[in-house]
Amino acid sequence: MSTLNSRIPEGPISEKWTNHKNHMKLVAPNNRPKIDVIVVGTGLAGASAAASLGEMGYNVKAFCFQDSPRRAHSIAAQGGINAAKNYQNDGDSVYRLFYDTIKGGDYRAREANVYRLAEVSGNIIDQCVAQGVPFAREYGGLLDNRSFGGTQVQRTFYAAGQTGQQLLLGAYSALSRQIGLGRVKMYHRHEMMDLVKVDGKARGIIARNLVTGELERHSAHAVVIASGGYGNVYFLSTNAMGSNVSAAWKVHKKGAHFANPCFVQIHPTCIPVHGTNQSKLTLMSESLRNSGRIWVPKKKEDAQAIREGNMKPTQIAEEDRDYFLERRYPAFGNLVPRDVASRAAKERCDEGFGIEANDTNEGVYLDFATEIRSKGRQSAFAQGDHNPTEEKIVALGKKWIEEKYGNLFQMYQKITDDNPYETPMKIYPAVHYTMGGVWVDYNLQSSIEGCFVTGEANFSDHGANRLGASALMQGLADGYFVLPYTISDYLANDIRTGKIATDSPEFEQAEAEVQASIERFLQNKGTKSVDHFHKRLGLIMWNKVGMARNEAGLNEAIEEIAALREEFYKDVFVPGDANEMNTELEKAMRVADFIELGQLMAVDALQRLESCGGHFREEYQDSEGETLRDDENFKYVAAWEYQDGDAKKAALHKEALNYEYIKIAARNYK
Amino acid sequence: MASKFINITLKIWRQKNSNAKGGIETYSLANVSTDSSFLEMLDQLNEQLINEQKEPVAFDHDCREGICGMCSLYINGRAHGPETGTTTCQLHMRSFTDGDTIYVEPWRSRAFPIVKDLVVDRSAFDRIQQAGGFVSVNTSGRTMDANAIPIPKHDADKAFEAAACIGCGACVATCKNGSAMLFVGAKVSQYALLPQGKVEAQDRVINMVRQMDEEGFGNCTNTGACEVECPKGISLENIARMNREFLSASLTADK
Repeated sequence: MSTLNSRIPEGPISEKWTNHKNHMKLVAPNNRPKIDVIVVGTGLAGASAAASLGEMGYNVKAFCFQDSPRRAHSIAAQGGINAAKNYQNDGDSVYRLFYDTIKGGDYRAREANVYRLAEVSGNIIDQCVAQGVPFAREYGGLLDNRSFGGTQVQRTFYAAGQTGQQLLLGAYSALSRQIGLGRVKMYHRHEMMDLVKVDGKARGIIARNLVTGELERHSAHAVVIASGGYGNVYFLSTNAMGSNVSAAWKVHKKGAHFANPCFVQIHPTCIPVHGTNQSKLTLMSESLRNSGRIWVPKKKEDAQAIREGNMKPTQIAEEDRDYFLERRYPAFGNLVPRDVASRAAKERCDEGFGIEANDTNEGVYLDFATEIRSKGRQSAFAQGDHNPTEEKIVALGKKWIEEKYGNLFQMYQKITDDNPYETPMKIYPAVHYTMGGVWVDYNLQSSIEGCFVTGEANFSDHGANRLGASALMQGLADGYFVLPYTISDYLANDIRTGKIATDSPEFEQAEAEVQASIERFLQNKGTKSVDHFHKRLGLIMWNKVGMARNEAGLNEAIEEIAALREEFYKDVFVPGDANEMNTELEKAMRVADFIELGQLMAVDALQRLESCGGHFREEYQDSEGETLRDDENFKYVAAWEYQDGDAKKAALHKEALNYEYIKIAARNYK
Repeated sequence: MASKFINITLKIWRQKNSNAKGGIETYSLANVSTDSSFLEMLDQLNEQLINEQKEPVAFDHDCREGICGMCSLYINGRAHGPETGTTTCQLHMRSFTDGDTIYVEPWRSRAFPIVKDLVVDRSAFDRIQQAGGFVSVNTSGRTMDANAIPIPKHDADKAFEAAACIGCGACVATCKNGSAMLFVGAKVSQYALLPQGKVEAQDRVINMVRQMDEEGFGNCTNTGACEVECPKGISLENIARMNREFLSASLTADK
């Protein structure tokens, strides 16, 4: 059994990365073309890594399951990307970004990794601007910023509500350039089916061509997994339909530890569930909390009247509204971190104040009326009208809102058929991001030699809760500025290795196993669709491993998932053949992995006898319903080792977390 | 959101693979919630087909938020269906009424061959991008400070509007000539409007246009259909800008 070595460099935190870079091995430019690297996933973390490694001169093969690398789900990130530039002169610094991220993560992230992230954050913005990413600008031509949750500065760079799109298209353009130059070979509509290890090292993958169904062997000197998070284990989430855990899970099954799987981010501002045929949930960016105020009625009878359609929110007087975030957290108000905001909304709905007329009455308001009036008045003033009419104020205010959030308001109206300029948005928390992931050391290498994991797929930077606008930052930091150095240090030992053969017994065996699992599904004489099982898994996860967890529920979840797994293999029906495009087969392979992961998440949540960040154990809360951490016993990363072909039997390894530069304290946003 | 349930008839293009001959099949679907998205309706149809042990309809989709550009579909003769400024995944069944017959076909264009059923191959777009849709700057983090070059807000906003293209291909599918000029024009414009893109502007437009022609896309005859059907409202102005850039590059480039 391996022990965890986080390989954090010695020295003061502000010098660790620089010193480490100065002492890592390099691969000379003339040797790089002798070395192959596989990158799985082309979101921010994958595209930036593939582009950077291609620029350096390595032979890169990049894989994505979508029809183009530009479609990866980073594209859907809305609000922005953090960077400690302090352009707004409001006291920001690398240290503050580092501090906010550690605190926001409820003291469950590694100090050294987070400091490095903050350190390179400014470079990301420089790099993106140089690539032609059209960030929002002020009238003076300089970059604009806004605020996000869990911070008291303005450090978020953005491009309307489409920041992820613009950053991904930037990384995609860099990747496209390398593809055009022949330094990266792109395999779109390809899915990684397994990792191939030779002599204990990651030496390639088995991929399936999703158009022809053909299984392909690809060898390399190192494999980078940048395949994103696992939120779709809940079936309903804000993730794209194709987002899946399979690449990360296959690596886990081959020996990489999986860390903190129970740390899941439930995002407070999503459009509430509408019905049983719903396929996914839609996020309304956190940036809206800059301008929107969250409330429910103070009186239960008002909430009920609204649900029954007898009352409109605009008819409820100011004094009858409970702006519960402003009430509970006056210092941060509507901009508390996501986990805090989500739990507060759940608390109000559980108490009967929910306003949505769905099965669970789960919904709260996000109201822009105050902001429309205040910005409208400002705009009028700026135009020289110091005594504007009511109509003018509202008109100008709406115009201001449209400029800032137009695409989000439009998206909301399309989905709900409600006009959010006139009536408050209805929102409720939904699964959005997963902080847990494959365990990696400071070099982003997993516990399998030569297998590196970047972006959301790893566990490293966000602790138990990620702050808004930090996912984009981490994806690009890993891919542009961390991995290219650390992977070279590893590859320096491979300059004489030569091509890795794909006709070895290891490749033979891996391919045969993949083939067998495909046949198993296609020959199964089941009666139910893959989605049928996925939805049931999602319900178990949401109800028992969701926003609030307890011992009894988690134990039930573990058993229910075990039973579901058995039923799945017995009764799933997968139509079609192996040698063609077969979307049901793709789903079946992914759901098989989600089922195993779901169990491990419950096992992880069960062992963590504390509440921290997104992990809320009902047994561990204070008298005001805030999380109660147990730093004495649980200040560690839970890294699970797969054993005996069963997620339930995984072995727990603990990586202790040491806080030398930040004083660990109760997280307080009051 | 007063949801209703409607019954519809679907006429859907089915085609086993790129070599097979395809045809329209008819399906009845009952109890479709008007709050469902169009793709959720197709999920419902597929669930029904699987329960009958039949093969589901293959269609491209991913984010279902109107941003990834993966969904396509010609719905009742219009790219992305009847609503303007809307991708298929953001189209909702409240746009249809009980008893409707809905035709669903793949993108139709020589440059987008059919892969299966409603899925087409749009990799020609990627190859155009690879020919020049970038700024040649290596990763270093040591470029100049992001605020070193102020960019007029007007230009930045225009560049952003062009960059908002999601690469779905509706412009090509809806154009009677199968032209990709709105897509290419948007990418050329994004860079042409920014100082970072100026250095390579001439080579970029020439290379991208050359690749566009090689891929078999048709020419533009200014019908403006692409702009009407573009779910992101990319303006025809971008085609005009590309033409200006191309003309000036062709006349003044060294080579």
